[in-house]
Amino acid sequence: MAEIKALKLAFDVPGANFDRAGEASAKLKRTLQQVGVPAEVIRRVAIGSYEGEINLIIHAGGGQLQAEIYPDHTRVIVSDQGPGIPDVKEAMQEGYSTASEEARAMGFGAGMGLPNMYNCADAFEIQSKVGWGTIITMDFKHQDR
Amino acid sequence: MKLDEIVQALQLTALVPATVPSVEVSGGYASDLLSNAMGQAAPGQIWVTMQGHPNVAAVASLLNLAGVIIAGGASVAPETAQKAQANGVALFTTRLPAYEVCGRLYALGVGKP
Repeated sequence: MAEIKALKLAFDVPGANFDRAGEASAKLKRTLQQVGVPAEVIRRVAIGSYEGEINLIIHAGGGQLQAEIYPDHTRVIVSDQGPGIPDVKEAMQEGYSTASEEARAMGFGAGMGLPNMYNCADAFEIQSKVGWGTIITMDFKHQDR
Repeated sequence: MKLDEIVQALQLTALVPATVPSVEVSGGYASDLLSNAMGQAAPGQIWVTMQGHPNVAAVASLLNLAGVIIAGGASVAPETAQKAQANGVALFTTRLPAYEVCGRLYALGVGKP
């Protein structure tokens, strides 16, 4: 059987640079539009990838945003070698945040990032270890909800 | 209601005019928390906020919003307008408080069920 090839994208997201937040997500969005993914799906991918970018900037000192675009779904992988999350269950709770005052003043750090990612994706997985970093994998089926 | 009618009715100042001024605005959303707007605002809506930093333009663009109104005379970073321009996001300011902007929009029928 022929192997299904994915269109792969990778972006380095620099840490602590709020001004460039969203650039990787914007490029991913344009690519998804070009390959004809439904608009409602693109909107959800954009939410997930943007929240991922913001988390890399706020918490991880930067990291990588990768996307694999398959015919029937898109996978977004947000990875970093930052401090890691001591208690993932706690971090997944809406309203829980460890963001800095600077991030909060900009309207981030309200403890909605991870729940937003969880809610917009069709599948969500988070691996994290203190001192090792965090990898979040989100899958988005190419069909409207 | 069309975006240019809203701009006219509320006497908004356009920092970045709409690419399509006659675009239909599907509703409105108000929040100063970016992740809340990210998760809840819907395509075609107008977003009322007091945040004036460039990420507002990034969020509005990713969500395909009809435009952003920065209310209460809040200061807007020059980079915000640049980012909005580059991403085709219509960006407006007003001295009207956010509460009044939302009230007037609703009275005009924006977002009324």
